[in-house]
Amino acid sequence: MLTIGNYVKAKTLEEAYELNQARSSRVMGGMMWMRLGNAKVKTVIDLSGLGLDQIEESDNVIKIGAMCTLRQLEQCEALRELYGDGIAESVRHIVGVQFRNQATVGGSIYGRFGFSDVLTAFLALDTFVELYDGGTIRLSEFVKRKPDKDILLSVIVRKSRRKFRYESIRQTKTDFPVIACSVVTGMVHGKETWYFSVGARPMKAELLEKQWEIPDNASEEVIADYARQAAAEFTYGTNMRGSAGYRQHLAEVLIRREMASILAEGR
Amino acid sequence: MEIRFTLNKKQVTAEVNADSVLIDVLRSLGCKSVKCGCETTNCGLCTVWIDGKSRLSCSVLAAGIDGHEVTTMEGVEEEAAEFGAFLAAEGAEQCGFCSPGFIMNVLAMVRELEDPDMEEIKEYLAGNLCRCTGYMGQLRAIKKYMEKRKSPVIKVREVQG
Repeated sequence: MLTIGNYVKAKTLEEAYELNQARSSRVMGGMMWMRLGNAKVKTVIDLSGLGLDQIEESDNVIKIGAMCTLRQLEQCEALRELYGDGIAESVRHIVGVQFRNQATVGGSIYGRFGFSDVLTAFLALDTFVELYDGGTIRLSEFVKRKPDKDILLSVIVRKSRRKFRYESIRQTKTDFPVIACSVVTGMVHGKETWYFSVGARPMKAELLEKQWEIPDNASEEVIADYARQAAAEFTYGTNMRGSAGYRQHLAEVLIRREMASILAEGR
Repeated sequence: MEIRFTLNKKQVTAEVNADSVLIDVLRSLGCKSVKCGCETTNCGLCTVWIDGKSRLSCSVLAAGIDGHEVTTMEGVEEEAAEFGAFLAAEGAEQCGFCSPGFIMNVLAMVRELEDPDMEEIKEYLAGNLCRCTGYMGQLRAIKKYMEKRKSPVIKVREVQG
């Protein structure tokens, strides 16, 4: 059971950061996961009054405030224009609309949860996180860090001409995924580069980068071979939702479908 | 701590603890339509609107509601009764325990989506679980309710006829 001693709606980021330095303080997102935990929190810090609930688009980036909801992500036209339905696909299976109206992007990313669809999706894109104390760093670097007492302010996606696909498998609708995969491809420093992110392995998502030049008319067998190679480079675990072997097989299938879909569309 | 918020268009104040959740505060203020089901944000029984958006009151800290607007089924009674009649007509209720949360989310859906197809309806309502009906009656009721909303003239003729 979660018990909370004090609730503070922070008036400034400085105040939030200072309060959060205490060992028993916690920053709250949508309270979806924290509420289910068994913790004694002395001070819970609410960031909802700090204007972190906007998605801002500029010439080069899309900046998603940490307090934006998953529903905002799902309905974001700028993300849809850039990456098709991929981002919406990554969140639309998460429980229901009420849940997604409440769960925050910051909570999903900061938590670095093994089951996170959101982390899996953004990891494969050209994504950075903005931290109050730690500055702006690549999401792929942030994922490897241990949780600390910094505050996540925003998730920044650099705009680029990349193709993005996201797929996940669930045993039942609205459950956590058994496996989640995203595939991104585009030209990086003049070379065709493929990014693969696999989450819910059941460990947190990891990123794989490959400079593969695959022709658009590659045969099914060739694509399947690349997918097999990519899926084999991740490690998998076993839990009540599936075995490691089953997960690897699913990852291979999803990656193959995503690669085939991108190649069929043409780059 | 004391919080002030708008509940069903009326200003209310409540004394809450830092870890009080909204569902308990709403029920203590007499909004008994708000039901507690799973308490793990999965079933949708505790659905209310906060600033016009469907949310799960079992996981909202009451302290964070200060200054916001909350609507429960008591605040949209007429509309809820109207849709409820469609549910009853289609035999879509058995125990009825999930109905208030379900109705609140259906009413949110018809405000948000202009002309949803059946797949969009199912997706929007995926977070409302019912363990009695199998959902078919509810989906029939929604379809008929939405048809009626689109054709108010037909409704008047039907009533007159």
